[in-house]
This record gives sequence, structure tokens and C-alpha cells, in this order.
Amino acid sequence: MLSDLSGWAITAVAILGVLSVAAGVAVFVVDSMARATFALLASFLAVAGILLALDLVYLAVVTALMMTIEMAIMAVFMIMFMMNPAGLMPMTMVHNAKGSAAVGAGVFVLLAVGIWTIDWPTMNPVRPDDSTRQLGEAIMGSHMLVMLVIGIGLFAMILAGTVLATARGRYDRLGPGLDAEHPDDPVPGGLRR
Amino acid sequence: MTAELVLQIVLTVAAGLIGVGLFGALSQQTIVMVMMGLELVLNGVLLAGGAAWYFLAPELPDAQVLVVVALVVMAVEMAMGFAVTVAFYRARQLDMIDMASDLRG
Amino acid sequence: MPEQTLAEAWGLVPAVLGIVAVGVVLGVVVAAVDRVVVFGASGAVVEPIRSSARLLAEQRRTTLAPDRLLWRIGCVAVPTLALLSLAVVPVAGRTLWSTSADLVWFNAMEALLWAAVWLVGWGPNAVHALTGGYRFLAQGLAYELPLMFALITAGLAAGSLRTTDVVAAQEALWLVVTMPVAFVVFVAGAAAFAFWGPFAAPAEADIAGGVTSELSGVDRLLVEAGRAVFLGASAAMAAALFLGGDSGPWLPGPLWHLLKTLAVVAALVWVGRRMPVLRPDRTVEVGWMVLVPLTLLQALVVAVLVLTGFYA
Repeated sequence: MLSDLSGWAITAVAILGVLSVAAGVAVFVVDSMARATFALLASFLAVAGILLALDLVYLAVVTALMMTIEMAIMAVFMIMFMMNPAGLMPMTMVHNAKGSAAVGAGVFVLLAVGIWTIDWPTMNPVRPDDSTRQLGEAIMGSHMLVMLVIGIGLFAMILAGTVLATARGRYDRLGPGLDAEHPDDPVPGGLRR
Repeated sequence: MTAELVLQIVLTVAAGLIGVGLFGALSQQTIVMVMMGLELVLNGVLLAGGAAWYFLAPELPDAQVLVVVALVVMAVEMAMGFAVTVAFYRARQLDMIDMASDLRG
Repeated sequence: MPEQTLAEAWGLVPAVLGIVAVGVVLGVVVAAVDRVVVFGASGAVVEPIRSSARLLAEQRRTTLAPDRLLWRIGCVAVPTLALLSLAVVPVAGRTLWSTSADLVWFNAMEALLWAAVWLVGWGPNAVHALTGGYRFLAQGLAYELPLMFALITAGLAAGSLRTTDVVAAQEALWLVVTMPVAFVVFVAGAAAFAFWGPFAAPAEADIAGGVTSELSGVDRLLVEAGRAVFLGASAAMAAALFLGGDSGPWLPGPLWHLLKTLAVVAALVWVGRRMPVLRPDRTVEVGWMVLVPLTLLQALVVAVLVLTGFYA
């Protein structure tokens, strides 16, 4: 794609940047939980668009893929748990809004001051032919430890999440002697185990 | 436009996302909305990592690996957040973090 | 470096228009084949066009307090994403745009389509539409991972996530020979993502049409066209990834790809229309408990074959 950012790419990056922050603000402004979720998705997609312009094709597409799946599931939980899912009865559910705004703004100012005062070393770096290949070779080679830790972490997450979220154990499914012919599930599956 | 200026603009956007996300995570009362705030902070991390790779060190894969780690952190945060919300709701029929304090003791 | 993309060869605007035209034609072909299988041959090609024109002229009806913004976004997104997924499918040996992660791009468009269909169900503030939307979420989630593994398996054998590289890797042997499971799962997963045929439960009669129940006029046209285009695009992708794309004797390459696409569409519709609609609460468990391990095993077999130099 773009080895040096062209004028078009810079314009696109700027527009997408404004869009991502605007969508991020919208998450906490809109009343409808469905809209808030999809505003967050819009913010993610805008960031994915910027990554695409920055030649990080794989990461951009994976961000879009993972965040879309996450946000669709997020929508289910938002609507399940929130008191006002469709925003038909506006209400605010915030605490310490002023303090939070101060912290948010303070962190932004701190970061911005750093960003605009540091002398960034951007002198003609060497670009790889293919960023996807670079990443793949890194996580399967020099950075394999990261991938191993991620794998174990995700496995632990699956176990922990299931244990926390489900209230039923094997004795609820198969009876006190674990000898029921078919498990007693609220929704029977297709395999009749 | 110099590369440094573009880098600074992109990083400012990332800082904006982090600021907005922090505001949300600190001010919202419901667990799910707090998670939305945290996701927004991590979104800023993704953007900053991508910009760091492109403008500062494209010859090294480290920034890309950092973005992958941030993506995984997002997934873990989501899954555990939902699991905790479900467990909490099952125990108390509540989804507000303020009321989680009555689980104490 | 990869060969030219369509956008580089024809210029951006003609290439985009060309892909849109290909997408529309594929959609009409799917609708026509569907009609032939269900009703017999009479007026097969004319009927989809006629009903499209009727839907265009039809006045839109609405519901009480709909979420109009999200509803419209969902309706427009369905055909747009179907066309975007076509952007990485080789047409005449070239893709509209070529990245080093084409297969993931196709998958991402599917995931976005999934979210968009939920929006179509959420928008009208109606119980049947929302039920259909939730059914589709559960079904799509269960078929997302097997589909992902099936796509990645093709990329694994070719050693590249670029569609044109996968096609080029099949000059000696079609990938379907060594990965039949991945091929079947890909086609079935595509049908599940277009909630079509046996996977049509999100839009089924028991919930009065489900996600499509409150759609009318242009909205219905967009969603139905999006489903058809997505099925056509998936068939073209299946032909490219597993059936050798444009390789074949005597005839020119693009024609071979077209013929294979038509064969996949015909097989898909012929089989799909002969099966009953499957209950999502049953099929979802099959997706998680059978298809995920199966596709993982398939990927393992292919990985071992790659290590032995089988595809080199």
C-alpha cells in the first residue's frame, strides 16, 4: 500500500481520527444502549481504517473482525442488563462525573504535552515488504514466548469465564450419581449427549 | 507534511481516545458501561501502537506484537467482565458497581 | 510482489463498478437458480428483476418508535458488506484490491454482516424481528469459528493469506482434494451467514419472517439482495480457494472460474432447498462441538502435509 503517506492518506487518517474520537464520545452521550455499542464499534472501525492507512493490513482487519464480534456480543449484554436498552426513557447513570471528566481531561493534556514536546526519531526507517509476514515470523519466532503466554492466558480466561458465568455443574446436569441417560439442560442441544 | 507531525496528530487522537475512555470508565455506574470505557482506552493503545510501528520502528515487529497483546487484553477483559457481571447479577440481581460493595464481608 | 490488482489494471472507478456489476449478476444468478429449483424453470431470470423493481416502487411501512438510524445502517450495510467481501475474490484472475491478509478481510466482512443483520432485527422495535436477530447472533457465533478455520486452512496450504496466491498454489492439485472438510464447512458456513436454506431459522415462518418481518420496499430489496450477493460471493470464493479458481484445460481461465462458481451455486441451492430448516438450538451445538474440532483436525492434517512438502 502506501510506503510514504500521501496527501490522501493523511486526509483519511485525520478524518478517521476525528471520527473515532467523536464516536468514542458518543458512547457516553447517547441514551440508547444499542447505539452506544455500535458507536464504540464505529470508533474501532475508524481506528482499523487508520491502521490500514499505516500499512498494518493484518492488524487492521483483525481489529475489525474481533471488535465486530465483541461488540455484537456486547450489545446482547448491554440490552440484557441495562435499565434503558433502547433509550426510550432517557436517564443518566453516572457517579462523580466532574471528577472523572477532570481525570480524563488531565490525562489527555498530560499525554498531549508529551506528544508535542518530545523530539520523535522519525528519520527514514527501513520498511519491511510485508508487515503481515513480519508479524507472523515474530510471533512464531523471536516473540514466541508472547504467543505462548497469550495462549495460556486465553485458556485460563475460557475456564474462569465459564466457571463464573454458569451456575450449573455436572451434578445439576447428570443427577447426584452422574448416571442420567441424557443431561437435564434448560436448552437441549442437537447431539443428545 | 513531515512524518513527525503526522505521528503527533495520530498520537493525539490516541490520547483523546484514552482520555474519553478514562472518563467513561470512572464515571459510569453500570459494569457493562465501565467495560465500554476500558475498551475505548485500549482502542487508543491499539492506535498508538500502530503509529509507533509505522513512524518509529517499522523494521522491528515489537510494536505489532504489542498491538496483538492489546487485542488479547481486550478479549480477556470482555470475557471476564461479562462473566463477573453474570455472576454478580445472579447473586444480587444488580449490575451497578456502587452496589458491589455490599458483597463485602 | 503480487501481480496487478483490478484497481491498478483498470483504474479505481471502473474496477469498483465492475465488481459491483459482478456482485449484482451473482446475486441475480443465485436468485434465479433458487427459483428454478423451487418453482421450475418458468421466468427464472426475469422474476428476481421484476420483484426488485416492485420492491423499489413499494412504499415503505414503519413501526412504532423504531430505531431508524440503526435500522437504516443495518439495511444499507448488508449489501455493502456483501460487495466488500467480493473485493478480495479473484475476478478474471485479479482481485479488486490485494492485501497480505485477504482471507482475514473476507472473514471480517462476514463478521460485520453478522452484526448488521442483528441491527436489521433490532431496528424496527418489533418482537419477531428482534427474536430473529438474536437467533442469528447465536447461529453466526457458532459458525464463525469453523468458517475461520476453514479459510485459514486454505491459506495454510498456500502459505499465504492472499487470495491470488491461494489460487496460484492449486495449479497441480485442487485444495478440495486434501481439505474436503474445510470446503464443506466453508460452504455451509456461508449459507449460515446468509441465513439461507437449512440455516434460515432467523428469517423463518415460525416467527413471521424474523429479521425480515418488518422490512418493506427498498429496505427489503437491500437485505434480500445482500443475502443473494453474499451467497454468490461465497460461492465464487469457494471456487477460488478450494476448486482451483481459474485453472482448467481448453477454456479461458475466467470462464472456468465462472463455471465452477455456477456449479457451487447450483449444488448449494439444490442441496439447501431439499433440507428442512434446522432449529438453531440444535445446530448451534453441532457447530461448537463437532465442526470446531473437525476443522481443527483438518488444519492439523494440512499442516502436517505442508511440513512434508506435499504442496510445494
